[in-house]
Amino acid sequence: MLEITSIDKGIVIDHIQVGYGIQLFNYLKLEKADYTVALIHNAFSQKMGRKDIIKINNEIDIDYNFLGLINPNITVNVIDNGKIIEKVKLEVPLEVTNIIKCRNPRCITSIETYFDQKFHVVDKVKRSYRCEYCDDIVTPYPVK
Amino acid sequence: MQVDLNGVINHKYKQFNAKKEGHILLKGRSLIDPSDFTRDEFREIFDLAHQIVENPESYRKSCNGKILATLFYEPSTRTRFSFEAAMLRLGGQVIGFSEPNSSSAAKGESIADTIRTIECYADIAVMRHPKEGAPKVASQYISMPLINAGDGGHQHPTQTLTDILTIERLKGNVENKVYGFCGDLKFGRTVHSLIKFLSNYKGVRFILISPEELRVPEYIREEVIKKSGIPFEEVIEMEPYMGQLDFLYMTRVQRERFFNEEDYIRLKDRFILDADKMKYAKKETYILHPLPRVNEISTDVDADPRAQYFVQAKNGMYVRMALILKLLGIY
Repeated sequence: MLEITSIDKGIVIDHIQVGYGIQLFNYLKLEKADYTVALIHNAFSQKMGRKDIIKINNEIDIDYNFLGLINPNITVNVIDNGKIIEKVKLEVPLEVTNIIKCRNPRCITSIETYFDQKFHVVDKVKRSYRCEYCDDIVTPYPVK
Repeated sequence: MQVDLNGVINHKYKQFNAKKEGHILLKGRSLIDPSDFTRDEFREIFDLAHQIVENPESYRKSCNGKILATLFYEPSTRTRFSFEAAMLRLGGQVIGFSEPNSSSAAKGESIADTIRTIECYADIAVMRHPKEGAPKVASQYISMPLINAGDGGHQHPTQTLTDILTIERLKGNVENKVYGFCGDLKFGRTVHSLIKFLSNYKGVRFILISPEELRVPEYIREEVIKKSGIPFEEVIEMEPYMGQLDFLYMTRVQRERFFNEEDYIRLKDRFILDADKMKYAKKETYILHPLPRVNEISTDVDADPRAQYFVQAKNGMYVRMALILKLLGIY
């Protein structure tokens, strides 16, 4: 089995649905990190079958709204001295700003983009959201 | 007795003040979406509109010295003319453009910059735009009142004011009635706004008649109709339901909303109301249409007293007069 060493100080984002790890990795701009980062794709999980994991060997600010949007069952462990010092509980965000884009070609956000792109939750289970401007409903990260 | 008398006087004073405060409440507000106003706030607009219908001459100097700006990024006849006529009949003046090529939009100016510039010259503005949400964006950059005169296939709240004034003048109120909506319910912004408005009233039922491809958008079905608990049916035929309706709201299949011309051609003639189909309707089933029509209502229906679409067009001017007066805080 592939082994990724544990981290001393930083964050472990676990139980990410397979395939969403790379999206989260890109959203957090971890490709530009000058510290150690591991993206583990398709790891075995008793709970999920397969999962993605991200290990970040550094303290960084994370937008928990985005994690909750991808899946509130993702677990976030904050590590210090090699031990878990905090487990962050995620929630499906009621409102998301500048994280997702409206896909309606008739929406004003398709041609003008200098203002916040806001969405409001419609269904917490499906994690579907309504565009603030055109009311179009999107499900950016469908439950697999 | 003294206390009672004071109490009565106080009560009357409070009533007067509450009414006056109600008038002040709408000053400076924008109407972008039917959910922007409460039922009581809409009531104030309709009450004033009914008074204007009865005696329009009394209001001919109400907006002296005020300027309405009309920003029409998309073609319009009734909405633009009725707003302009409304302002002129109130004694105010009108500036604006009726197509984007005659404004700085043609040079690539943003909506935010355009509306901030217009605010320097006008007291109140009206905007129609082909993109959904454009008036909402604009309203976030100004403090003067802005009225959405139609944004893409999204909302058209002042057409709803027109529709409701017409319904009230025909039937007294909007409650306890069956409303049929027919045609393009997907891109029909007047349908979306009217459904949103009516969903706040009791005893309302909807029959939504359209091809499957042109059914109401998900947010209208899930977020508005279902959340309000309004009974509704989505059907693909008109005739079997005509006899149940108090109002039939016809709409045009709008060529300008389709990205694919073939889809438009396939769907445009699906529902045509003619004198023969009117035989299925009740004696007091009124036919409404936001206009313009193409062929979805045959001209042989026009002479039928139940056809009320041209009355609607006239009511549109009166209710827009009331809206302008309220948003400017004059009444």
